[in-house]
Amino acid sequence: MKRIELKEITKRYPGCVANQSVELSVSAGEIHALLGENGAGKSTLMKIIYGVVKPDEGEMLWENQSIEVKGPAHARELGIGMVFQHFSLFETLTVAENIALSLPKAEAKSLDALKKRISDVSKRYGMQLDPNRYVHTLSIGEQQRVEIVRCLLQDVKLLILDEPTSVLTPQEVETLFKTLHQLSDEGCSILFISHKLDEVRALCDNATILRGGKVSGHCIPKDTTTDEIARLMVGDDTPLSEDYKKATGGEPYLTITNLSYKSEDPFATPLKDISFDVKAGEILGIAGVAGNGQEELLNLISGEETTTASCVKFAKKAVANLTPEKRRILGLGFVPEERLGRGAVPDMSLEENALLTGYQGELTNKGWINTTKVKAFAKQIIEQFNVKTAGSLAQAKSLSGGNLQKYIIGREILQNPKLLVCSHPTWGVDIGAAILIRHALIELRDQGAAILVVSEDIDELYAISDRVCAICDGELSPVAPTNEVTINQLGKWMAGDFSPSDTHSDTASAGPLANVGGLS
Amino acid sequence: MMFNRIALEKRSSDSKTMSYLSPVLAILLTLISGGLLFASLGQDPFHALHTFFVAPLSDLYGWTELGTKVAPLLLCAMGLTLCFRAKIWNIGAEGQFILGGLGGGYIALELLDVEGLWVLPCVLIFGALCGMFWAALAALLKTRFGANEILTTIMLNYIALNWLLYGVHGPLKDPEGFNFPESAMLSEFTTLPVIFDDYRLNISIYFALFAAAVIWALMSKTLIGFQISVMGEDKAAARFAGFKETRLTWFVLLTCGALAGLAGVSEVTGPVGQLTPYISSGYGYTAIIIVFLGRMHPVGIVLASMLLALTYMGGEMAQMDLSLPKSLTGLFQGMLLFYLLACDLLISYRIVRKPASKNHSQSATQNINAQA
Repeated sequence: MKRIELKEITKRYPGCVANQSVELSVSAGEIHALLGENGAGKSTLMKIIYGVVKPDEGEMLWENQSIEVKGPAHARELGIGMVFQHFSLFETLTVAENIALSLPKAEAKSLDALKKRISDVSKRYGMQLDPNRYVHTLSIGEQQRVEIVRCLLQDVKLLILDEPTSVLTPQEVETLFKTLHQLSDEGCSILFISHKLDEVRALCDNATILRGGKVSGHCIPKDTTTDEIARLMVGDDTPLSEDYKKATGGEPYLTITNLSYKSEDPFATPLKDISFDVKAGEILGIAGVAGNGQEELLNLISGEETTTASCVKFAKKAVANLTPEKRRILGLGFVPEERLGRGAVPDMSLEENALLTGYQGELTNKGWINTTKVKAFAKQIIEQFNVKTAGSLAQAKSLSGGNLQKYIIGREILQNPKLLVCSHPTWGVDIGAAILIRHALIELRDQGAAILVVSEDIDELYAISDRVCAICDGELSPVAPTNEVTINQLGKWMAGDFSPSDTHSDTASAGPLANVGGLS
Repeated sequence: MMFNRIALEKRSSDSKTMSYLSPVLAILLTLISGGLLFASLGQDPFHALHTFFVAPLSDLYGWTELGTKVAPLLLCAMGLTLCFRAKIWNIGAEGQFILGGLGGGYIALELLDVEGLWVLPCVLIFGALCGMFWAALAALLKTRFGANEILTTIMLNYIALNWLLYGVHGPLKDPEGFNFPESAMLSEFTTLPVIFDDYRLNISIYFALFAAAVIWALMSKTLIGFQISVMGEDKAAARFAGFKETRLTWFVLLTCGALAGLAGVSEVTGPVGQLTPYISSGYGYTAIIIVFLGRMHPVGIVLASMLLALTYMGGEMAQMDLSLPKSLTGLFQGMLLFYLLACDLLISYRIVRKPASKNHSQSATQNINAQA
C-alpha cells in the first residue's frame, strides 16, 4: 500500500523554483531517503508534506486519497510526524511538560498518565528518556529523542526526519537507526532527509535524489555505490572526491597549556584543563557535538575572551591576555561559525567587510581609510575565491552562505595568517564552495601556516586534518594522527570516553569515509 | 465574502528609496495634519501654515534668527549622530547642553570684570568640558556597571536642570536683579561676536557647520568612524574584529557631551546673554528628532535642523499673528517624529493588497492585517 504519493509538485518562490514537478512515493513501512545538496529543495518538499507550505501545482495522495494538508495540526491528525533539524523545545521545562504542550487538550490533562506513556514508548523503542528531567540538562541526542517520542505518542504513520544525524555522535546514530528499523517493522513509513551517503546506504530501502529542485534520480541505496549517488546529487561537472596528502608540520605555533576557564555566561561550558598544540604546516581537527566547549575555546584563542596570559601561546609568546586586535598583529586569522553577525556585518558592503579584519595593514594610514586599497582588496578576494556577487558594494547579507563563507575565508587567508582558526568552515555550504574552501586551507597549510579546524562534520575532519581530537563537556580527548584514529574511537571521544583502546585495530574503516568527505 | 485585504508584507531587503522618501512623506503628513488642526481651530489652514512655515523667513531678520536656532540644534545633533550610529541611545544632549551653559555661564560671571581676548575661549572651553563631564557620568555608568544609557541620561537631564535652577535661584542670582531667578548680564568680553550688526546671529553657527564637517569626515573617512558604525550595526562583529567597545562608548559620549556643552555655553554667551532657567528651549530633545529626520547623514541633518528651527520660529509667529499658543512648536515636532517612525515601517515592509482567500489557511504570521 502506498502511504504517501506526491504528483507533479511545483513550488515557486520569487526568483527561484524550489520544487519543479517533483514525484515521490513512499510505501507503508518503507524507509525512504530524500537526498540532495543544500538548496536542492528537500526542506521545501518536507514543508509541503507537513502542511507548512502550500504547493503552487500538483497533487498529494495520502493512503490513496487525494488530500490538501491545511497545516501542521492537520498533518499530525493524519499521522504525519516531523522532527526538525532545529528542535522546538523549552529548555526550562521538563520532558513531560514539553510533550504535553504539543498534545491535544484531552491527552495532556493528566501529567502523570502522560509520564507513564512517555516512559513506555521510550522503553519500547530503545530510547532511554526520563520524563521528569529538564530539557536543558539533556544532551542534543536526548533532546532529539524527546522530539521523536513526541511524534510516536500520536500514532504516527509517516515520520519525517530532517538531517537527524548531523547533531549526533556515531554511537548515537546507531541507536537512532535501531529505533527507526523497529518503527518501520511495525509499518510506520519513514522519510529520511540527509546528505550523508554512508548513512543512507546503511538505513534506507529506497532513495529519491533531488538536484536544483528537480528529481534527478531514484535508486536502491544498498545496491548503488556512493559515487553513483553522489553523481546524481551534484551533477556531472563537479569533482567528487578529494584526496589530500597528510602533513606532519614543523614547530608548534599555537600552544595551549592547562587551560581551565569558566565564563561569566551561566550557559557556557567550563573548559577543563585543556592542553594541545598546532604546528606550523599542519591542520589539527577538533571534532565534537556543538555546545561542548568549542565556542569557549575558540573565543579564548581569538581574544574575544581573555584569561591568564600563559595558557595560550603563539610561537612561545604568551597571548591569552591580549585583545583580538593584538593577536591579529601576531598573525592570527579567524573564521567564526556565525558568518552573518560576527564574521561579516550583514548590512555593510563587501568592501566595508573587507576592512572589518583587514584594517591593520595598508588599508588604513594613521587612522584614515584608504578607500582605493580597500576596494582593491575586496575585489581581490572576490576574484581569487570565486565569490559570486553583484559587486564589491553588495551587502554581505545578499550573498548565499557558500559565497559569503568563501569571502570570509578569502579575507582571512589573503592576510597571510600564521595561524588560521576555522569554526565549521563548510557548514551549510554547497559542494563546489566546500571543495574550494578545503583546497584553500590545504594550500595555506602547505605554505607553512598552522591551522585549527573545529567541526561537527567528521568526514570533513578526516579529509583535511593531519591530526585529530575531540572535545566533550569542556574536556579534550588525546590528540592523534588522523589515519591512526578509527571512526569508532573518534565517536567514543566525542561522547566523552577518553580511555585508551583499540586505536590500531580497524584503521581501515576510516578509509571509505574519507573518500566521501567531499559530500557533506 | 471577497474583500480585499490591505496587509503589510516584509520586504526581502530594506528599501533605500523608502529610507529617503520616508522623511519627505512624514513632513507632508505633518503639514496635512497641521492644516486640519488649524482648520478645527477655526483658522484658514493655508494662511495658518503660511504664517507658521513661510512668514518667519520673509526677511533677513528671519533668516538670521533661523541661523541662531540652527547653531545649537546642529551642534547637539552632530554629537547625537555619533552616539546613534554606535547605537548608544544618548537622550542626554539636553542635560549636557544645560550643564555646558551653566558651567560656562558660571565662569563668565566669575570673569565679569576681566578684560581680554582670552576670556571668551576660556568660557567656551570650560562649557564644553562641563557638557563632556555630564556625558562622562553616563559613560561611566554604562561601561562600568552596564547601566542603560537611555535611563541614566534622562535622569541626568533632570539633575542638570535642577542644578541650573539652584544656580539662578541661589548663588548665581544677580544681586541687583530684583530677586528674579536670573544671573547678571555677561560682559562684552564673554559674549560671542555677532556676524551682522543689529542681528543676533553669532559665530556659533560656524562652530556648528565646522562640527558637521568634522563629524562627516570622521564617520566616512576614518577607521574610528568605521569602528563606530560596526559597533552599532553588529556588536558581535565588532568584538570579533577586536574593536574596543568600552573605548568607543566613551569616545562617542564624550564627543557628544562636548558638542552639546559647547551649544549650551554658546547659547548663554550668545542670544541669551545671561543665565536664566530657560536657556535651552528643549534643543537637546529636538536634536534627537533632527538626527532621525536627517537619516544620520550630515547633509540631511543640516536640512532637518533648519526645518526644526523653523518650527520654533513658526510657533512664535503663530502666537503673535494668530493668537495661538506657542506650544504648537512641540505639537508639530511631535507629529513629525510620530509620522517619521510610522513611515519608517515602510523601509522594511511594503503594503500589498491581497484577495481574501476562501479557506483561511494563509497563516503567514508576519502579515499584520491592517484592514479586513
